[in-house]
Amino acid sequence: MVSDNRISKVQELIYEIGVGEVMQTDLVTVDPRTPMSQLRAILREKRISGTPVVDGDKLVGIISIEDFIRWLADREEDCPIAEKMSKDVCTIYADEPLTQAVNVFQRFGYGRLAVVDRQDKRLLGIITKGDIVRGLLNKLEIHHVAEEEVYRHRVKHFFEDILADKVVLLFQYNVVGQNFTRAGEGASRLKATLQRLGLHPQIVRRVSIATYEAEMNLIIYTDGGSIRVRVEPNEIFVVVKDLGPGIPDIEKVMQPGYSTAPEWVRELGFGAGMGLCNIKKCATKMELKSTVGKGTQLNIRISVDNEAKSEDS
Amino acid sequence: MKIAEIVQELNLAVWAAKASLDRGVTGGYASDLLSDVLANSKEGNLWITLQIHQNIVGVASMKGLAGIILVNGREPERETVEKAETENIPLMVSEMPAFELVGRLYNLGVGGT
Repeated sequence: MVSDNRISKVQELIYEIGVGEVMQTDLVTVDPRTPMSQLRAILREKRISGTPVVDGDKLVGIISIEDFIRWLADREEDCPIAEKMSKDVCTIYADEPLTQAVNVFQRFGYGRLAVVDRQDKRLLGIITKGDIVRGLLNKLEIHHVAEEEVYRHRVKHFFEDILADKVVLLFQYNVVGQNFTRAGEGASRLKATLQRLGLHPQIVRRVSIATYEAEMNLIIYTDGGSIRVRVEPNEIFVVVKDLGPGIPDIEKVMQPGYSTAPEWVRELGFGAGMGLCNIKKCATKMELKSTVGKGTQLNIRISVDNEAKSEDS
Repeated sequence: MKIAEIVQELNLAVWAAKASLDRGVTGGYASDLLSDVLANSKEGNLWITLQIHQNIVGVASMKGLAGIILVNGREPERETVEKAETENIPLMVSEMPAFELVGRLYNLGVGGT
């Protein structure tokens, strides 16, 4: 799933992102004089596994669930947290890159690090491995959105460069029959493409739902086929073709709820006899032609400016 | 209401797209028929289903749904989790059966579509 270029993106990001950007600032701290017996309630209530120990505004130690378990296992008398905490607190500056935190975690095996200000050594927050992962995921998503914008930008300029009275685009998606693992791939690639072209979201949704249903029909009932999409300024025309087995009674398949899907397909939530009705709902015009033994052709036309038939979602 | 709050309130296990839990929810839709969800759910809805195969992610992303909650503690297939991660669709599991889960969601203020 994760491509090589994603990995290098992550490597790049851990140098780019600062500890201060991903740390938790919503801090729970404890006083060194708090008895050990109260620690469990604090950790459980705040759902944390460790916390900095602060005297006034000075960081004096860190106490974790491991320290608590050790104290329990030794069956010692109750005592202030100050006696059981790690006093040798490993800190990191908020302006250091994530890679620094990763190194410290790897070298010393700590679960958390206290983050302090480089100038006044004030405690600013705490960072765990989970925070690093979350921070990276957030950044990757933002990058992903930015990349998509670049694509849209490019497509727009590509059109400005074409000199013609009329521009028609044609896309084809090939569908393999009986292959449920790749089901919907064509429709989702088409959706991404139409979005890049800057089409109205309503139109994109109608075209992609109609195409998804048609693609599922090819997968469930045929040995495969093709979906051709012609995009013009005022209309999108989708032609779905297969080479058999063909439909004996077209009137019947258009009835909502009528289905010839086998049981195992129905168990997956497909084959409910609603596909063609959904397509018709999304289309401005739909035609279905079929010859038993030869194949089926489904034409779906969706007008770009006719908003009258659009579903209001 | 945000997905993260629902996760917390109903004690849901999050299986994918943890980074997208701050998404808002416009309402809910419960169904196990994919065509029905394609036809009747609305953008930003939370989808409650018992289907666990990867096509649910395709449907959710096609309709721009906010996330998917699987009922009865059903574990999603591995491909489903991977796809949900790539498509950024929060995938959660509840131990509750659908009826109870929907009721609890309604009480939290998540209405119909």
